[in-house]
Amino acid sequence: MSGARMSALAVLRGQIERIETAEVVHPRDCIALGHSEADSALKGGLARAAIHEVFCEGRQGAAATGFVMGLAGRVSARRPLLWVRQDFSEIETGALSMSGLAELGLDPRRVVMVRAADVESALRTSADALACDALGAVVLELWGEIRQFDLVASRKLTLAAQGSGVTGLLLRMAAQPLPSTAETRWMLRAAHSPPGSAWDAWGAPVFDAELLRNRHGPCGRWIMEWNCDECQFSEPSTYPQPVAAAPAHRQDPAVLQQRRAG
Amino acid sequence: MIHALDEAAERLGLYIGQPLANARAMCPDLRVFDADTVADAKTLSDIADWCDRFTPLVALDPPHGLFLDITGCAHLFGGEAALLRTLVRALARQGFAVSAAIAGTSICARTLTRQASGTIVADGGEVEAIRSFPVSALGAGEAIATGLRRAGLKTIGDVASRAPGEITARFGARFSTLLAHALGQGDAPISPRKPLPDYIVEKRFAEPIATDTMIAMTLSRLADTLVTSMEKQGKGARRLEAAFFRTDGVVRTITVETGRPVTRSAVVDRLFRERLDALADPLDPGFGFDMVRLSASRTEIVVQEQRDLDAHVHDNDELAALIDRIAARIGGKRVVVHLPQDTHIPESAVLATSAQHHLAAAMLAEWPARVASEPPLRPLRLFDKPEPIKVPFATVPDGPPHQFTWRRALHSVVRVEGPERIAMEWWRQDGKQLTRDYFRIEDAEGLRFWIFRDGLYEGEVFDGDGKPASPGWYVHGLFA
Repeated sequence: MSGARMSALAVLRGQIERIETAEVVHPRDCIALGHSEADSALKGGLARAAIHEVFCEGRQGAAATGFVMGLAGRVSARRPLLWVRQDFSEIETGALSMSGLAELGLDPRRVVMVRAADVESALRTSADALACDALGAVVLELWGEIRQFDLVASRKLTLAAQGSGVTGLLLRMAAQPLPSTAETRWMLRAAHSPPGSAWDAWGAPVFDAELLRNRHGPCGRWIMEWNCDECQFSEPSTYPQPVAAAPAHRQDPAVLQQRRAG
Repeated sequence: MIHALDEAAERLGLYIGQPLANARAMCPDLRVFDADTVADAKTLSDIADWCDRFTPLVALDPPHGLFLDITGCAHLFGGEAALLRTLVRALARQGFAVSAAIAGTSICARTLTRQASGTIVADGGEVEAIRSFPVSALGAGEAIATGLRRAGLKTIGDVASRAPGEITARFGARFSTLLAHALGQGDAPISPRKPLPDYIVEKRFAEPIATDTMIAMTLSRLADTLVTSMEKQGKGARRLEAAFFRTDGVVRTITVETGRPVTRSAVVDRLFRERLDALADPLDPGFGFDMVRLSASRTEIVVQEQRDLDAHVHDNDELAALIDRIAARIGGKRVVVHLPQDTHIPESAVLATSAQHHLAAAMLAEWPARVASEPPLRPLRLFDKPEPIKVPFATVPDGPPHQFTWRRALHSVVRVEGPERIAMEWWRQDGKQLTRDYFRIEDAEGLRFWIFRDGLYEGEVFDGDGKPASPGWYVHGLFA
């Protein structure tokens, strides 16, 4: 069999596999987030092969990272994820931690990180990566207002995403929303743990997500909780009271007291 | 002290090592420059770069000599005589005073350059060629040359006529080996500056090329040839070097590394295009390049994988190719994958390593499983260096703070979980590291922090007088 035919076959097999493994396939190739109101506003879920923007204030960087990570986890659970970030954002909000990623129920093995020195190389790398159909999603993390990211750059990313079927997620920290060709645009804040819970009740990540722009439906604002075990978003639950069974790696306070006394 | 001098100065009777005051006395209008050995060495290495066009085996012979192993190369330049002529003429045009010679052994050739530049000695003619030269031409050092002269041995022929045993006994084994090499009896291997690449292809131009399109075209043609010759032996390239030889002697080398052996010329072509596009100091053709060389300096045997049943192989290939392209543009160290490490110290629990080399290992790594139905125990964003926070007053002595100041903003604590005590690895650190008590904290806004107290309360931290001091607090990470 000739090489060209073989690679064509491989491409076809890849496409079939992609169709078969898609968790929920909608006509527009959407993926449900798990939060019913948000999903209905998005007409079924987050569109693949498009660009989505997530904005946040500077100090909300970690919450927005969690939300983007959740979206990336929903979009593709098995394909590699390319995370492109600019050196500066690591100083401001810390490096993406793979242990933290695993704690969210996502797979650190799939993450390839690109440490771009400046905005130009970050933009170029992500445009290049969006054209590579072996990836599930590409995340571009940028800090601050950026002149280079104009309508032209945004359109370039969108075209690349449409061509390859890869989803592009833009994490814009400390930036104000500007016109772009994105499919959806979100404003992210961290939300409180449900009121009334105890002083030491600490639950799954909760986001205050505001949908600012939606090309195919209404906007809205919801409190969304990330469910680490099922790897999907959901309506916030009131937390069950913490169960007494303490994991082995956490110290029993009584033992602690004793040790200090002795 | 005179470090080096030109021919005119030598005719006046000045010599190397002469005090400058004496020289000035002999010749009042002497022009003097400070010696710069570093710049000299740099120039020599630049000349060696240029000499790469004749043979890949070029060795330095400091302070101002070069050895070129031209075995099997001379016919490409019209024979030994023509090669010697071309080399000397090109260097002389640049303003260098060159003496060059060709002989069967490197030491013999070096001896010849000191006395009879331009000589070509055939195999077996070494003794005849250097017999009449003074012993200093051997370059064995001033002490030995003086010793030989005192012994009445003025020429190399005189020394060679003595029994080797006598020479060794008087001047040491090193000198007698040197002498033997100079006389063509045995040869010392030269040590080339660069290891010989596995595959080399090159293209020379009668008319220098300068335009980007021509350079790109040349590279892709060379890539074709290179890949064809590697394919015959089932090899793929892991590291490729393109050398551009400018007409004025400057040589620019550009290296591209790949994660997997490359077997397609289109890939080679694309990698170099990315690299050339992203160069911080672009390729400057000046008056044009008269030669371009492409070499594969590291190659690997390519294993043909079974692709029919596994579409993942195709995907992994695509991913590896993408990583290679990005690495070619922004540098291999900037594309990383992560490997879990066997330690509980948060900042060293994950190792970020080059994606080009460890992609396969990272895809198969075993990560510690998370505890089901627990909220995240580790933050999503971790600071490389924990950032100090101000805790205004102690509440419960070893409990969490009720409020703290981080980056000039006051956060009041609403929810706390902890402590999680992490003791440092005493068997690894030299200096004493303090035990940390970590707390997961949520502030009034809903932001979540991972903070720790560095040191046990009244147990580990002491001030200058040896009295217990209050330990410092730090933010180490942020939870989603």
